[in-house]
Amino acid sequence: MPTGIRPVTDARQRQMAHPQVQAWWQALDCGFAPVADVFEECLDEALSSFSKAQMEAYIEAARFIGKLGRGPEPLLAFLEEWPAVAAAASGDQEPLLPQVMGAIRAMQKSPNSTAITPFLQTLAAVARRLQSAEQIELYIDIALNLMARTSGSIHGHHDTFPSPGLPAFFEQAPRLVGLLSTAGLRNWTEFGVRNYASHPQRQVEYFSLKSADSHAVLQRERRGTLFADVERSLDLYLRALWRDSDLIVPYSTAFDELRKPVPYYDKLGMRVPDVFDDVAGTGSISNVSGLDRYRAVLAHMIGHRRWSTAQIADNWSPFQRMAVEFFEDCRVDTLLIREYPGLRRIFLALHPHPRQDACDPETTSCLRHRLAMLSRALLDPGHGYTDAVLLDFVRRFHEHLSAGESGTADIAALALAYVTRTRRPSDQLANIHFDDTVIDYRDDNRHLWKFIEEGDEEQAFDAERKLEPSEEPRGLPPRRYPEWDDASQTYRPDWVSVYEALHASGTAADIDRLLQKHAALAKHLKRLLDLLKPQDKVRIRYQEEGSDLDLDVAINSLIDFRSGVAPDPRINMSHRTDGRDICVLLLLDLSESLNEKVAGTGNVDGQTVLELSQEAVSLLAWAIDCLGDPFAIAGFHSNTRHEVRYQHIKGFSERWDDTVKARLAAMRAGWSTRMGAALRHAGHYLAARRADKKILLLLTDGEPADVDVTEPNHLRADARKAVEELSAQGVDTFCLSLDPKADEYVRGIFGKRHLVLDRVAQLPEKLPLLYMALTR
Amino acid sequence: MTDKTQYLVRQEPYYQVQGREVVLYEAAYRARLPVMVKGPTGCGKSRFIEYMAWKLGKPLITVACNEDMTASDLVGRYLLDADGTRWLDGPLTTAARIGAICYLDEIVEARQDTTVVIHPLTDHRRTLPLDKKGELIEAHADFQLVISYNPGYQSLMKDLKQSTKQRFTAFDFDYPAAALEAQIVARETGVDAAIAAQLVKVAQAARNLKGHGLDEGISTRLIVYAATLIGHGVAPRDACRMAMVRPITDDADIRATLDHAIDATFDANPA
Repeated sequence: MPTGIRPVTDARQRQMAHPQVQAWWQALDCGFAPVADVFEECLDEALSSFSKAQMEAYIEAARFIGKLGRGPEPLLAFLEEWPAVAAAASGDQEPLLPQVMGAIRAMQKSPNSTAITPFLQTLAAVARRLQSAEQIELYIDIALNLMARTSGSIHGHHDTFPSPGLPAFFEQAPRLVGLLSTAGLRNWTEFGVRNYASHPQRQVEYFSLKSADSHAVLQRERRGTLFADVERSLDLYLRALWRDSDLIVPYSTAFDELRKPVPYYDKLGMRVPDVFDDVAGTGSISNVSGLDRYRAVLAHMIGHRRWSTAQIADNWSPFQRMAVEFFEDCRVDTLLIREYPGLRRIFLALHPHPRQDACDPETTSCLRHRLAMLSRALLDPGHGYTDAVLLDFVRRFHEHLSAGESGTADIAALALAYVTRTRRPSDQLANIHFDDTVIDYRDDNRHLWKFIEEGDEEQAFDAERKLEPSEEPRGLPPRRYPEWDDASQTYRPDWVSVYEALHASGTAADIDRLLQKHAALAKHLKRLLDLLKPQDKVRIRYQEEGSDLDLDVAINSLIDFRSGVAPDPRINMSHRTDGRDICVLLLLDLSESLNEKVAGTGNVDGQTVLELSQEAVSLLAWAIDCLGDPFAIAGFHSNTRHEVRYQHIKGFSERWDDTVKARLAAMRAGWSTRMGAALRHAGHYLAARRADKKILLLLTDGEPADVDVTEPNHLRADARKAVEELSAQGVDTFCLSLDPKADEYVRGIFGKRHLVLDRVAQLPEKLPLLYMALTR
Repeated sequence: MTDKTQYLVRQEPYYQVQGREVVLYEAAYRARLPVMVKGPTGCGKSRFIEYMAWKLGKPLITVACNEDMTASDLVGRYLLDADGTRWLDGPLTTAARIGAICYLDEIVEARQDTTVVIHPLTDHRRTLPLDKKGELIEAHADFQLVISYNPGYQSLMKDLKQSTKQRFTAFDFDYPAAALEAQIVARETGVDAAIAAQLVKVAQAARNLKGHGLDEGISTRLIVYAATLIGHGVAPRDACRMAMVRPITDDADIRATLDHAIDATFDANPA
């Protein structure tokens, strides 16, 4: 039938082949020619599953969609997809249709009507994966919520701009619901809405799965057992059970819809999927957890590594190679089960159990089916197959293995015999039986083959390629930290990049001069410090129980006793070591505000906060050095989440010498204060130290803020979370704030562990005293 | 005089000879050389010493060392009684007086200043000065000092001083080879050889993890515990979890791995 522009009336007058269909067509009252072209086919499917009443509701809904003024596409999508949707929701469209129509009306009323078409187009695919009306309703709720919160308005309360992310969201929806539970989908959407509500372009990127954040959050919310969560367990598994270890590299299963990657291993490591769902057991087959699936994959690879040798593949046909692979896989599995009998349960639960008559050898290529059955029979004594040839080969296989481990070459010979024995002309057919023949814990066996001659089709692409000498990396690669999102009570994964670098150097003599300036204060401090110094061994006398008899006291006591006075029973003594085991990291806020001049009476020289901090830090460093506690100094500032600079001034193992003083002398201020990331980074150094008490002393002059954050509470909440994390790791955080207005927020972040210094000019004196008070 | 017979080992302890250690020990004893036995926990160090004391027919005084132990706990101290002060010999002094083998178990657990008191007994002098009492004890001709220590798990802080180490001849112990260990377990507890071999297999899985989250693998002693539980009718998998996995780790990942090793070794429903 020719297509093209037709008069509208033409379509309405179109004659359908069947009178029943013709009646529905009239009811639809639709003038779109493309709809008329496919109406009959659509209706065939609907008529086969819907009752009369349902048909009426279906056509009524379609009529409404056709009259939205959005062209034929939404109607086409609806007519084609709806029977499938209803079928997925267990054949019942009753509760679902009003929901969907409600959603369409809502979109039509808002500026988002362009999203109706993608919504309807992907609805069937979504429904197929969700498989229940409740789940589909939840999905629609999530979408409407997304729409409501991302549609923009300029004046008043009317939405005037469409949601940028909504069409993209609908396009990705089938993939998303395949990977995420509805709860996960809600979280993923929530994340995008909250972070990109005011960024149309980024919002589109997020919802069309094109941005890194989007992938990261998706990965976090996925169902099943994530590789990242069990990586350590798997490493322990390889070491403990197989005395082996290798790099285990996950590959993503989220984005390859057509060709699912298969596990494999090569010189660079073992490749496994990044996530495994649990396999629910049925009947006699037990459940297999995602972790056990990983273990099965690794065990199988280990088996190949132990017992398989590469074979020369050139003289064998693809079918022969496939048979050899199946036999060799079974040999390896048998040997693995011999080593750990409990593996049989896992292997069998993961191994398909094809029905004997599932494949018709007249019309389909059954080789895969035969081999899968054989493979099952080789591992499962209770396989229940009756085919004589199969049973014969099962017997021969076990005979081969009864004497020992056998070998790849021996088993290959058996496999070739099997291929010869069971060959059928239909094996060559293009229609291959795949159902129940994929054994997903087995790797792709690429290690099993050696090719001597390269194929004709290969070209010499592998000419020497010269690698361009890349630019030398400057500084360390960034370290990524999550950031706490208070609104959703979740972490934003890998949100902040912290770059660590050595602080630039200046002139060490400047610091010495500063210390000279405060010589009087230093003298005073010195006296206090001497009192704090640890005395290594202390004898505790007058103990009722102790490690030693204190002879003098004992004899005195005895004399008392003899002379009739009540004796002192505390005649023992013991020893106690009394040392300071304190480790401290001083973290300096080096943000722009430090460049401000200090107001107030105490400051006659017009010093900036930075200069005062410099003096204070020098004195403190000198004091801690006198005490002998290990300490480190670092500064930080930030320029959006992509660039938090963590500047290393003194490390724990460095001495308080001219190099360190030179760095301190070069301290410069600029940019903003993203506190949480800096606290986490500083904390990871402290957490690695061995000390009874670990202190993170933060010197700051303002609240956490950054130029890319508009919500004032967000970074405060993140900083508070960072402090909580640190305290869980045994690091005490203490904040000395120079911001006179700090009382509003500092307690919220640091709890009681803070001090607000009103007169900044006193800082050089107060900081060392504070430290001593903290560690007394 | 202390009753010497109370320290004698009366029954022959079961000890499976692994190499030439018995002959070598006998030679060291003939020369009264101090002996140090090293090796992971629960591999049979103490059992070996007990066995040698029985074989040589000498009394054995065992001291379990600990952090709180002081020199006085080894050497002796003054106590008060009605008539004034009274000296009480410590185990080391007693051993030196009666001619026993003095076995200081896990010597590094004691503080370093404590262990120095054994020095005069371990070189050519073979004397023990009791400075508080003003007495110099000449060690009995049969006296021998034996210490054990486990170089693995203690912190870096707890190591023997070189001056202490260099006074001893040493034996290095380790867990026996799988077949031998299974035989030991079977002999010690009476479980059948197949189960003993499976227990050893689980233990070896754990030993592979030493240094990867475990300070020590599952010792022969724990295998024996598990086998004992099995002998009392506990299901093998429960016995393994209870006696071999739960005691050694609080790490969830390691526990899961070892539990899996148990499940994989003891098949739930053998086909």
